[in-house]
Amino acid sequence: METPNPNVKMWQGNVACAEAALAAGCRFFAGYPITPSTEIAEVLSRRLPMVGGNFIQMEDEIAAMGATIGASLGGAKAMTATSGPGFSLKQENIGFAVMAEVPCVIVNVQRGGPSTGLPTHAAQGEVMQSRWGTHGDHPIIVLSPCSVRETYDMTVRAFNLAEKYRTPVILLSDELVGHLTEKVEVPPIEQLGIVNRKKPLVSPDKYLPYELNESDIPAMANFGDGYRYHVTGLAHDETGFPTNNPEKIQVQLERLNRKIDRYRDDIVEIETHYTEDADILVISFGSTARSARRAVINAREKGIKAGLLRLKTIWPFPDREIEEISAPVRKIIVAEMNLGQIAHEVEWATRRSKPVVRVNKINGEPITPNEIFNAIIAQD
Amino acid sequence: MAFRYEVRLSGSGGQGLILVGKVLAEAAAIYDGLNATQSQSYGPEARGGASRSEVIISDGDIDYPKAENIDILLALTQEACDKYIVDLKEGGVLLIDSQMVTKIPEGNFQVVAIPIIQSAVERLGKFLVSNIIALGIITKLSGIVSEDSVKHAIRSRVPKGTEEINITAFYTGIELAQKWLDQNGPLNT
Amino acid sequence: MDYLQYLRLDKMPHIWCDGCGHGIILKSILRSIDKLGWDKNDIAMVSGIGCSSRTPGYVDFNTLHTTHGRALAFATGLKIANPRLHVIVVSGDGDATAIGGNHFIHAARRNIDVTMIIYNNYIYGMTGGQVSPTTPSRKKASTAPYGNPDEPFDISRLAQAAGAAYVARSTVYHVGRTDKYIEQALTKTGFSVVEVLTPCPTSYGRRNKEGTAVDMMMAQKANSVGLERAKNMSEEELEGKIITGVFVDKDQKSYLTRYNEVVEQARNAK
Repeated sequence: METPNPNVKMWQGNVACAEAALAAGCRFFAGYPITPSTEIAEVLSRRLPMVGGNFIQMEDEIAAMGATIGASLGGAKAMTATSGPGFSLKQENIGFAVMAEVPCVIVNVQRGGPSTGLPTHAAQGEVMQSRWGTHGDHPIIVLSPCSVRETYDMTVRAFNLAEKYRTPVILLSDELVGHLTEKVEVPPIEQLGIVNRKKPLVSPDKYLPYELNESDIPAMANFGDGYRYHVTGLAHDETGFPTNNPEKIQVQLERLNRKIDRYRDDIVEIETHYTEDADILVISFGSTARSARRAVINAREKGIKAGLLRLKTIWPFPDREIEEISAPVRKIIVAEMNLGQIAHEVEWATRRSKPVVRVNKINGEPITPNEIFNAIIAQD
Repeated sequence: MAFRYEVRLSGSGGQGLILVGKVLAEAAAIYDGLNATQSQSYGPEARGGASRSEVIISDGDIDYPKAENIDILLALTQEACDKYIVDLKEGGVLLIDSQMVTKIPEGNFQVVAIPIIQSAVERLGKFLVSNIIALGIITKLSGIVSEDSVKHAIRSRVPKGTEEINITAFYTGIELAQKWLDQNGPLNT
Repeated sequence: MDYLQYLRLDKMPHIWCDGCGHGIILKSILRSIDKLGWDKNDIAMVSGIGCSSRTPGYVDFNTLHTTHGRALAFATGLKIANPRLHVIVVSGDGDATAIGGNHFIHAARRNIDVTMIIYNNYIYGMTGGQVSPTTPSRKKASTAPYGNPDEPFDISRLAQAAGAAYVARSTVYHVGRTDKYIEQALTKTGFSVVEVLTPCPTSYGRRNKEGTAVDMMMAQKANSVGLERAKNMSEEELEGKIITGVFVDKDQKSYLTRYNEVVEQARNAK
């Protein structure tokens, strides 16, 4: 027996998410029970009061999202967590957070859909919903972890990106990662690079909560800081008040979208294995990427030049990275627990210049390494 | 090449098999310095229904965390045995509760039948510790984790106030396994 | 008093129609706040969607205009995150009791430290006069052209049953009483509700032949019955009457008080 390192924990993905939120400075969580995300709420209901933070179980998913936004406006780093049906219910208020530029983190531990679907089984069917679930043209940041350790890191990153870009960030986990228990070496807090929202430096009479400035990211005052401004989901101008002026609306909405687009290089993260000389490129994300990695290693052992591109950021979509890395390969295989939501984007990113083979599964069972390996063999 | 050892714990919901999986994984990963994952598959029932918990132990990276080629399968109910036997590898170990599982599926594997639940009730007066007795048996039969590590993991995972009875249950399991080995000879692993 | 210090004059004119009672409620709120001498920086006004929900845009506080029915959810998070703020929710009958009905009863149950002023005009005014949960039975609306087949909610009784710490009902005719109730509500610990009946001559009165705004306010005067007097009246006698008064005024631990106890417990358990 070895003497255990106290920083090494045996955590479930959902526990790592909750602990990471605390480390990132989250002091408010509003939720509603739903499988398979409930452990996040359970852990935070115990842990938040210990650090003087607030946990509240709301009356429904919609309220949980609303309370999360309200708390963020009040100055707290705030999070909510849900799954499938709950994610659908939250969409309107997610749009509010986007429009009003309120930083917050929404965790969606994906389960099988549509509708009530498969509450206790993994799926990856919300790739498109996480991008376009709320109405209207809008930007969004979506991160997808493949392990418990990465759930920790990405939860911290989700808060950092939310605060940095004044935007909601979605952590798109899935049942397999959320309920998987594995070893996590918890990084020291000073390594987390905690980011806090930029506060206004001007006096209240000069403050423009939606200022058109060089960075495209307006400074954010908290309610109660002395800056009495107006926040609305209506189209608004720099002052935050509703406007019907088409020019003002156009510039604000363009800034809103540009604010994420122009920083996409800072936001997009991918990981590659054996892609340098790859002939067949497997693209995957989340829990499925674990199987893909094994399949690629097994293929390499058989002398097949397979490589793996794992998407850590799902939105903004890593289109340039995919285009570049896939340029020399002959064929692309996309493995995902849906019917081709990422594959479709990959086809766009590669301008349909080469075959994109789909390995899909939507019955609640994970895609196995063998299923991907067989697809690689079939293309070799 | 890295080894990969797969354990599937199956029974009905509420038998504490997820806890056993977590303890086993923690013993391997935290106290024995290996890598381990624990995952589960369950239905909507908080109690009842076929439930399974899986532990993968390896000295290398564990990519796919689900069992596909099982080294040891624990089945505490007939339903679980019938449902989850499929992935047991050739020559693998099927550990069953000898009273709950009476129809042993056919196949090329080694069967270890022990009255786990009855032992819990008779020797410890608590049906609830059957899971930890099973953990003791698995620890002994597999030799994949050290007894000390499992003991520490039990202490860190079981509810406060139940540590002692669980440790006793664990050693009861080890003893039952040893008795079985004495009577039937060593397993091929 | 000087109303102008509380108003965002550059946002005028407001969107409310001639004869609408909402401005009267706004002034009652401002008088009550002025009387309490609260710092504008410490006040947050939160609303949902509808005519009444445009109120925050006109007042110089921290103002939050949220999604339809969800003001209380946002307000709950805001209050918890920054308990120093006096959080006031303004809402209409549809916003508060139809789409936001669930939040309403749970805010009352939870006794969250928020004051809610409900402008009840029996109708969805902004969208053109659709039937609401408080439209009296058989009254007409754009979506009840044959008369409302449903029974209406009694908002104050609903708040009372759900556990609010303070509940009162008044009308825009009874300005003095409205002021008093709002002031009491604002100083109450826990969830406080003031329901104010307000005429909508454009969308409700016109369709139901209730005359001008003045006629509608005179009807409020004529039909109002104090809570004490109503206790001795039969159901028939109360038909078409508006029962006004303080329905609930009780001292009970608020959400924040209870949650602070949780924090204490958690810290000791650490």
